[in-house]
Amino acid sequence: MRTIEAPLDDKVVGSLRTGDEVAVSGVIYTARDTAHKRMVQALDKGEPLPFDIRGQILYYMGPAPARPGRVIGSAGPTTSGRMDVYTPQLLEAGLKGMIGKGGRSDEVKRAIKNYKAVYLAAIGGAGALIAQSIKSARVIAYDELGAEAVRKLEVVDLPVIVINDIYGGDLYHEGRAKYRRPMHLT
Amino acid sequence: MPIREIHTDEITGAVDELCQQANYYLQDDVLAALKKARGKEQSPLGQQVLTKIMENADIAAVKQMPLCQDCGTVLIFVELGQDVHITGGDLNSAIEEGVRRGYTDGYLRKSMVHAPFSSRTNTEDNTPPVIYTDIVAGDKMAITVVPKGGGSENMTRFVALTPAQGRQDIIDFVVDAVDKAGSSPCPPIIVGVGIGGTADKAMLLSKKALLRSLGSASGDSDAAELERDLLAEINALGIGPQGLGGTITALAVHVEVFPAHIASLPVAVTLQCHSCRHAKIVL
Repeated sequence: MRTIEAPLDDKVVGSLRTGDEVAVSGVIYTARDTAHKRMVQALDKGEPLPFDIRGQILYYMGPAPARPGRVIGSAGPTTSGRMDVYTPQLLEAGLKGMIGKGGRSDEVKRAIKNYKAVYLAAIGGAGALIAQSIKSARVIAYDELGAEAVRKLEVVDLPVIVINDIYGGDLYHEGRAKYRRPMHLT
Repeated sequence: MPIREIHTDEITGAVDELCQQANYYLQDDVLAALKKARGKEQSPLGQQVLTKIMENADIAAVKQMPLCQDCGTVLIFVELGQDVHITGGDLNSAIEEGVRRGYTDGYLRKSMVHAPFSSRTNTEDNTPPVIYTDIVAGDKMAITVVPKGGGSENMTRFVALTPAQGRQDIIDFVVDAVDKAGSSPCPPIIVGVGIGGTADKAMLLSKKALLRSLGSASGDSDAAELERDLLAEINALGIGPQGLGGTITALAVHVEVFPAHIASLPVAVTLQCHSCRHAKIVL
């Protein structure tokens, strides 16, 4: 499996194709529903984001609490579709990658092509397994949101699959078409 | 029949323990269904996903961490024997305290918010649970804890069909619900279908359907046949594990039926993610 380093540059993003299995290493940031809302409100007001978003990967995840002595609790992806209303604006601001689960809207898919970004899926419901790839976690913004706060994560070999690439590929669409069988039970 | 007393401390302790157990361990029926699914799945990527899901269950059990970071809304189903007298306080408060302790002491994620359409501030202890209590014969008390994740719960559907409609319309509706949900409810899923009663009754039946031992057929032969046909149609959708394409979209379909009004044919569908968590105790 190929490893990619976060943050991402255009060359790496352009080399990723729908269906590729890759391991992500480096620094990524978490954000889910409320953090997205706040970041987009900040952009609307011309205020700075809690971190420089250019080139970054956002992971749609709110972890379970860490037991004492551990870095983080279970840490799997949440459903990405709920972030769709906010995503094009973040891509415009320079976001290059997203990790989540589930399909994206047509608008987000168009924005992924336009702004040359990539959408990656981690396995939903495998939060204990994924937590093993997270080496450090620190809340950097919106602390009061608890699980929904923005965290800076250091990850090593976080396993993901490329869903949407800059060429318009969509693994959810293609994978399903390949295994769909017509049935007519009466 | 003598009255049997059960103290609320015992109920609180049981719920605390059940919340943690349900979140750390997949039950044997779920593990067996996942293993069987891996053998039948035709997509290599789908097989890999199923393997990872089983690895995840091993890690969660060994490290005592939740199977999924979404530790859910807590659904509690109580079957309370009518010859039981609860002492020490009230039943609902005792259950709620058990959830509070289980989620705090068990390092489980607190996902409940107050005022869902306005402030959405976290309740900080994952309370309140959603409690359903049935009064039954006997002097025992059974408590089942089901942590239900938000991603799959958001895919719930209901339709009020008319008596002119029937079996095929139910199949079309359920298959469409799964098709539209696609990758979002974390397939492979378990599909709970409630048919009959009123809207609320059908919805509750679709939830209770998920409590049945995974893959066990309905005792009603018509319902069992409907389950088989629905499972075949759903697995022909091609959604597959995690929606990446494949032949196993659902591990099982469970149908529960109740009589309906002469004017009505209500149908509810609840989707359960592969992390089908539940734990039960009989006091």
